[in-house]
Formats: sequence, structure tokens, C-alpha cells
Amino acid sequence: MDTNKNSYTFIFAIVMVVVVAFVLSFAATSLKPLQDANVKLEKMQNILKTVGVVVSREEAEKVFTDYVKSGVVVDPTGKVIEEAKGVDIEGGLAFKGDVKHAVSKKQYPIFIAEVKGKTFYVIPIYGSGMWNDIWGNVALESDKNTIAGVNFDHKGETAGLGAEISTNEFQKEWKGKQIMKDSNGSFTKENFASVSAVKGGADASNTHGVDAISGGTVTSDAVSSMFKDRVELYLPYFNNLK
Amino acid sequence: MSEVKEKEALFSKNNRKLLTNPLDSDNPITVQVLGICSALAITVKLEPAIVMSLSVLFVLGAGNVIISLMRNIIPSRIRIIVQLVVVAALVILVDQVLKAYLFDVSKQLSVFVGLIITNCIVMGRFEAFALGNTPWKSFLDGVGNSAGYGMILIIVSFFRELFGSGALFGQQIIPESFYEAGYVNNGMMLLPPMALIVVGIVIWVQRVRNTSLVEAN
Repeated sequence: MDTNKNSYTFIFAIVMVVVVAFVLSFAATSLKPLQDANVKLEKMQNILKTVGVVVSREEAEKVFTDYVKSGVVVDPTGKVIEEAKGVDIEGGLAFKGDVKHAVSKKQYPIFIAEVKGKTFYVIPIYGSGMWNDIWGNVALESDKNTIAGVNFDHKGETAGLGAEISTNEFQKEWKGKQIMKDSNGSFTKENFASVSAVKGGADASNTHGVDAISGGTVTSDAVSSMFKDRVELYLPYFNNLK
Repeated sequence: MSEVKEKEALFSKNNRKLLTNPLDSDNPITVQVLGICSALAITVKLEPAIVMSLSVLFVLGAGNVIISLMRNIIPSRIRIIVQLVVVAALVILVDQVLKAYLFDVSKQLSVFVGLIITNCIVMGRFEAFALGNTPWKSFLDGVGNSAGYGMILIIVSFFRELFGSGALFGQQIIPESFYEAGYVNNGMMLLPPMALIVVGIVIWVQRVRNTSLVEAN
């Protein structure tokens, strides 16, 4: 067989590409349910973590509806578009919807959880880090002002620097911080202070600041602006609740 | 060589050399100076370095065998493209399997799995070895080279994590009392330039030990 003939080269290339395409699409479609399940469980695990319920990924699905009571989608005026309760949360728009494009679609998801008789509001957030996307969840206490817990994750921040946003050390600092300037005031943009990561370290008395990551300033700033941009969207909703 | 091939034992002296040479005198990173890019990127911590080494081991071992099996039917004019398709397909497979069964590990490695495709060692071994040797020899060569690669990765990440974060496998190693006495982690260790310097030191130590590697000039 003359492997240098043009026709042979063409046929070889075509056969090879078809075979490879078949193998890869078979692998991708057959593994997709497992991969989606992992992503879903992780989302549940992360939401639970922000309200202080630490479970393994496998357990997350079982206990999710014990704590998370409803998944709500609100519009920019704070009006509730959809509310899914109990077992319906998983199929609801709040859980299934794409957090990344929530802003352009004007559909803001929020979860209402109850742990030990206390109500929590969990806001999924999404933004851009230094290299790639970053995201997370912010849980607010029933006053909708004090942070009960946060979690952040990232796609490709620098390991050891920006990637530290996904560690407990960074996330536990956010607990107890307040998003409003006047905790008794109304939920207006003027009264909204947000919480940001402060380069060089935040003062302990600073209720709106946490220590930024040394060497990870760009990622820290990205987390701050993601937090501000996304949490701000829910102020009308909080006002309506009040 | 080819006449004795049939009688050659699976682990004959020559075959053993294929496995052991890349660990020292023919190491892909310190001697051939290939795969430096990924050696800088993923050696900040030990755990991803080990998973990366295992992924490369699979891709290079399997890829070498596949290329070697096809070596007589690959049209030489498009052989580089064929090699690229094989390595890319294997890497995507690894990535998909990790996402389905080892979700946490796949999150840790994130983009680096994809970077195996661009690892010069993989293409280098396909081109230099698998195209001209039997599948078994190619398999040994692939395993040997990825072990040599992984060894350097693990050595470098050991020092980078120890001095950069004071930890190993994420566990704090350097005691708190050291920090109280004024010891600080070396932030430079977390950045790529220090990886180059550590690799340089490894090369230096290796050449002191193995003087046959020192070029006379």
C-alpha cells in the first residue's frame, strides 16, 4: 500500500476524524448525566454551606429541601416572577436558571432557607475574575443586612494567590459583615454599602470590609465588584419584603 | 535489532532502559528541556502536580501505543496532524472521565488538563519514538518519560508548597512557633519564576551527580 498517495491521505484523514468524533461524542453523551449530577450536587452543597449546613456532596441532595424552603426569581422592580417550593425547587427557574446571564435576562434568582428556625436569603452571584469566571453564593440573615456566610469559586485564578478565594480562610471573614450603611434604613442604593476586600487588610471594626488576599489583588477586587453588582440587584425585592 | 525482537523478553535490558533512562540521564524536563511550561504552571501545590503526572502518564502511555499500532499506515505528510488528533482525543477523554468520576480532582486541575495537549513531551515521544517502534516498547517509553516528567514535577512542587505555603498536600507542616519567631512564607515560591529557579537547581544537582551529562566546552 502506498501511503504517500493523495487519495490514501484523504481517506485516512476522513476515516480517522470520523472514528475520533464518534468515540468522543459517545464518551461525552454517556458521561453527561454523571457530570450534570455532580454539578447539581455541588450547587446544592454550596448553597447549604453558606447557611452553615456542611454536608458531603452525596448527602447534599437528600437534605437540600429540609433546609431550603423555596427558590424565588425576582425582576428588577423586586416583583416575584416565579416561586418554587419544596421538591419543585430543583426544577424551578431559580435553581436551573443561568446565574451568569441573570442580569441580561432580568431574572434574579434567590433562595429562602430555614435553619434551626432562622430564615436565610441565599443569593447566587457570578462575575469575572482575573483569568476567567468567578462565582459563589451569599447568604444573608433574616434582617437581609448581615452576612451569614459566603462561598466563592473560580475557574482559573492563579493557584496560591487569587485561587485562595475558594478557601475557608478567606470566606469566613465575610461572616457578620453588613451590606447596608444604616442597618435600620431602607434598602435603597444610597444606603447600600456592599462589602469589599481591602488591600493591606481591613480594620476589625470595618463592617463593610474584609482582608484582601495578598498577591491576589485583582481577584480580590473582582470578588468585591461581583458582590456589589449582584447583591445590589435584590434591594427592591428586600424593600418589598419589608 | 528487528531480528532479535521476537525473542526479546518483555523486560529485557534494553526494554528496562526505556523505562529508567528518562528518569535520569534522558529526563524529559532536566535533560531534554521539554514540558517546561506545564512544570511552571502546576507545581505550586503537590496534589495537582501528582494528578497532572498521572494524567500525562495515561495520555502518553496510551497515545504512544496507538501511534505505534498505526505507524505503518499513517501517511507521513500528515503525521503531525494525526498525532495531534490522537493526543487531543485522549486528553478530552481524560477530562470527561475526571469530570464524571473524580469531580473534585477535575476542579483542581481545571484548565491544566487541556494543556496536556500542548505538552511538548507528548508530541516529542510520538514523533521520536512511537512512529518507529513496536507498541510494547512505545508503551514502556511513554511510561518512562511521563514518570521522569512526573518525578521532576513532584520534586519542584514539594519545595514550592513547603516554602511557599508552609504546607504539604494542603496540611500545615511548618509549626506555628516558627511564624511567631519571625519566619515568613516565601511568596516568590508561589510565582512561576521560582519554579524555573527550582528546576535549575534540580538540573545542577543532577549534573553534579551524573557528570556524563555535562557538556564539554
